[in-house]
Amino acid sequence: MKGNKKTISRIFGYIKSQMFLVVLSLIFSLISVVLTLYVPILTGKAIDCILDNGIEWDLLKGYLYQIAASVLITALAQWLMNLINNKITYRVVRDIRRDAFAKIEELPLSYIDSHAHGDTVSRVITDADQFADGLLMGFTQLFSGIITIVGTLGFMLILNVKIALVVVCITPLSLFVASFIAKKTYDMFKLQSQIRGEQTSLIDEMIGNQKVVKAFGREDKIVERFDEINERLGKASLRAIFFSSITNPGTRFVNNLVYASVALTGALTVLATGNAAGTFTVGILTTFLSYANQYTKPFNEISGVITELQNAFACAGRIFELIFDTEAQIPDAENARVLDNPNGEIDLRNVEFSYVPEKELIKNLNLSVKPGQRIAIVGPTGCGKTTVINLLMRFYDVNKGEISVDGTDIRDITRHSLRKSYGMVLQETWLKSGTIEDNIRMGKPEATREEVINAAKASHAHGFIKRLPNGYDTVITEDGGGLSQGQKQLLCIARVMLCLPPMLILDEATSSIDTRTEIRIQKAFAKMMEGRTSFIVAHRLSTIKEADVILVMRDGNIIEQGNHEELMNKKGFYAELYSQM
Amino acid sequence: MKRLLVYLKNYKKETVIGPLFKLLEASFELMIPLVVAAIVDTGIPGNDKGYIFKMCAIMVALGLIGMVCAITAQFFSAKAAVGFGTELRHALFAHMQTLSHSEFDKIGTSTMITRMTGDINQVQTGVNLVLRLFLRSPFIVFGAMIMAFTVDAKSALTFVVVIPLLSIVVFGVMLITMPLFKKVQGALDKVLGATRQNLTGVRVIRAFGQQEEEIKNFNEHNGMLNRLQIVTGRISGLTNPLTYIIVNAGIIVLIYCGALRVEGGIITQGAVVALVNYMSQILVELVKLANLIVTVTKAFACAHRIEAVFDMTPSICDSENTVAEEYNGEEIVSFKDVNLCYQTSSEDSLENINFSVKRGETVGIIGGTGSGKSSLINLIPRFYDVTKGSVMVAGKDVRDYKLDELRHRIGIVPQKAVLFKGTLRDNLKWGNENATDEEMLKALEVAQAKEFTDKWEEGFDKQIAQNGKNLSGGQRQRLTIARALVRNPEILILDDSASALDYLTDAKLRAAIKKISGGKLTTFIVSQRTASIMHADKIIVLDEGEMVGIGTHDELLMNCEVYKEIYESQFKKPKEGE
Repeated sequence: MKGNKKTISRIFGYIKSQMFLVVLSLIFSLISVVLTLYVPILTGKAIDCILDNGIEWDLLKGYLYQIAASVLITALAQWLMNLINNKITYRVVRDIRRDAFAKIEELPLSYIDSHAHGDTVSRVITDADQFADGLLMGFTQLFSGIITIVGTLGFMLILNVKIALVVVCITPLSLFVASFIAKKTYDMFKLQSQIRGEQTSLIDEMIGNQKVVKAFGREDKIVERFDEINERLGKASLRAIFFSSITNPGTRFVNNLVYASVALTGALTVLATGNAAGTFTVGILTTFLSYANQYTKPFNEISGVITELQNAFACAGRIFELIFDTEAQIPDAENARVLDNPNGEIDLRNVEFSYVPEKELIKNLNLSVKPGQRIAIVGPTGCGKTTVINLLMRFYDVNKGEISVDGTDIRDITRHSLRKSYGMVLQETWLKSGTIEDNIRMGKPEATREEVINAAKASHAHGFIKRLPNGYDTVITEDGGGLSQGQKQLLCIARVMLCLPPMLILDEATSSIDTRTEIRIQKAFAKMMEGRTSFIVAHRLSTIKEADVILVMRDGNIIEQGNHEELMNKKGFYAELYSQM
Repeated sequence: MKRLLVYLKNYKKETVIGPLFKLLEASFELMIPLVVAAIVDTGIPGNDKGYIFKMCAIMVALGLIGMVCAITAQFFSAKAAVGFGTELRHALFAHMQTLSHSEFDKIGTSTMITRMTGDINQVQTGVNLVLRLFLRSPFIVFGAMIMAFTVDAKSALTFVVVIPLLSIVVFGVMLITMPLFKKVQGALDKVLGATRQNLTGVRVIRAFGQQEEEIKNFNEHNGMLNRLQIVTGRISGLTNPLTYIIVNAGIIVLIYCGALRVEGGIITQGAVVALVNYMSQILVELVKLANLIVTVTKAFACAHRIEAVFDMTPSICDSENTVAEEYNGEEIVSFKDVNLCYQTSSEDSLENINFSVKRGETVGIIGGTGSGKSSLINLIPRFYDVTKGSVMVAGKDVRDYKLDELRHRIGIVPQKAVLFKGTLRDNLKWGNENATDEEMLKALEVAQAKEFTDKWEEGFDKQIAQNGKNLSGGQRQRLTIARALVRNPEILILDDSASALDYLTDAKLRAAIKKISGGKLTTFIVSQRTASIMHADKIIVLDEGEMVGIGTHDELLMNCEVYKEIYESQFKKPKEGE
């Protein structure tokens, strides 16, 4: 529980805004517990009115009315408490999710690139959910459980100290039983989740690549492999489930012991007092017995709740790690410049950069780009082309040196305005779930339908969009659903054609488009690049040859720089590359 | 849920024994109020200490027997539930293996995975609870009623009113919340989608400055989830207070009637105590039940999701009247008036395709983005069924084959180079279970993979990571080609699978394939590069789902405008100003 301290204080941070509701919940919980405990007293008293030699009707009726009133109030309090607990829990989780998401938007790219997406997603979804379950249970059961224990103990002590002490002495046995079994089964549960993980990854691999499985007719073989793991999982689960489920009968037996002891000591006390009014009567014994029942029940539950809470805290810890302990990107300076329609002069001076300190990538990179120039970047895979783009867009910050746009260091420009000044088309197409139109309109939300269509026409996407079931209103799923890679790329190009920012970055922007369409788009591209500073990563010769400056990169360095003619005359790496193309 | 229960059939014994012992345990529990009544009625008035001791000893004994019964019950229900889960998992996984591409396209991979894992776990937990409690609870409830009848029939009539009211509350809440739980699950899916989207698309989102929009969008989904959860909670939170009211109303009535009966001298005070105790026992049981109902309701919602998968029938299955006849004809593959329209789209992806291919020929397929190249070759191994017309392989309609037999003739190298976790040998054996090391070496050589696999010290035992993450793109691609060759197929399909290879390796690969087959292997090459297919015996040119040309390179250059354009776009230097 030591590491939980920070987590718990953070949870309280979230609960603080719901403090009013928490207090209300406590009040209702107190009301319902006290009344629930009071009802057996009334019942006992009512029963005492029923004497074998005559019935005290007036008294009896009075008690019955009191019972009815208490029950109604209890039920109401219980319901309100449930509602409030629900509200607190789900609001807290909603707020945590909201903050986690807002944090994701501020995470540096380096974090997102280096952490498995699945892990972050499971923090926001699964962990938050588990935490909600645990918190709700904690609120409703732990709290009312403790009040019940304290309450029943109090009532029992008032009724009869001796018998109450008997109960107090025996009950901890059930906690002991529960914790003993929990300790013993921990390893079994661990084994179970380990095998389950193995199975999930097989499912993930095989269902995810179902088409290959089909092509090779491996269905039966895979089912065999699946069955082997499934068998082991079954065995491990049975052990874990069975041994952990002994807890309940065990603690219930302890309760039975408590019950029998109360009956024994109670009955003997009644004998000793002679069942006279004002002493320990049969009615009081009845009350006592029902207390004994109520008193032991929370012990059963609390042992369960504590495991659940441990789990909930662990989950909360994982989300909080994302929200509080992960470093966000350095915020924009307060007086940062808002870039407005820059002329496109870009300077890189003595730039040094590496993703990991021990492996330096870009060393002493110098480049000065005049407004409207076209820069082509060429080189073998892994030479750092994409890294240059990461730096230009300020997805990553340089380690040394500086990059400036229109004479201002990009670290003194707001990220938003810097990035908005670039139109970017990447090799890896990405579309968001939504309609085709939403996707094209992304960079310019106020664009009219007509502008959207014009952009689509310019990028030659209009033809296939028209043929989709609902045209521009067709909803596409996150990964682009039925669209081919090439079609997705056309949409990404249309997106940039619509907002036409003053500078362009095209990273293998037409790699998935067939060459015929590509040639048609080239015209539109050429027009788009006119007067705009453009960075182009491409493999097509014609595009490269027309560039004003060609950067030849190798192992993170720019080894040659110049226009096509100059580089060919140099007979260096570029000339070698060119001859292979 | 009913449909899934068949998976319990191998556990009949357990499903009976489990609840049975649970009932035994419950019956012992029910006897306890009787023992208390005996103490109150006999022990105390008779001032008989010995009797009281005896009765208390009996109570402890009952508790002990009860515990043994309960543990036995837990064992058998756990065995039944886990067995059920294991068989269901197997059945669902095996069922998924039979589904065809269309079904996977429709439902999506990620839901399939969630249903296979999370949903089945929920149902398994549900079954275990049902076996343990859903029988026990009604039994305690009805048992308490019957015991009450033995005490005093007339007073016990209260139970006859109370119990139906309680069932209405319990089942009513379940029925109302079940669809709500499904909605909650759906809303959670949306929140998950929004989160994932922001991680995968982070560059584009930031480049377009869309963070604010995305946060707004996420908060919308998040708020929706929150509202649904609260509404659901509001209703399921009713169970406890309502049952509490009903049971206590019963107690009030019992005491009142009991008083009347005692006055009439029909029953004793002890009997009234027993009656009230039985009623409280129902309450205790129901409180326990109410906490578990949520779990069971969730299990039902998940069971529906699983059943939905079982309800999907594979659109493509083995033909029933398959006759294995020798085919000696020349034509190995032919398409006759083929149309294809995917279930998810409204327009034909292929229209009126006609061609035939002779044994040993190399066929190139070329065309623009979305022109239907992959659709066309997907029809040969019958991944999809044609909407019109027919596809013949070795003289027989593909729909008249056993799928295994058909696909065994074909080696496919998919566009995406997928390898699986395991050794190199495991991966190659996907092509052919019985392949010898020699055959595999040969395949590696032809696939131009030998040059790098030879450098691996572990040889065939080299471990390959999931999706082949420890290999480069080009290496992966060459291994997938080798895998297809190990199969020793009659038809080899390369679906744009040489794109990660440089030009030289690509050419060597094609030459090697041509050589090994001894002129018997028919090869389909899908490509965007004219260079990869220009030497093919036959080139099929596709444009927007239609075949606009077929012939050799030279013929097509003469008579196919589209082909000419593609060729020129790759080989001719563009004119000035273009």
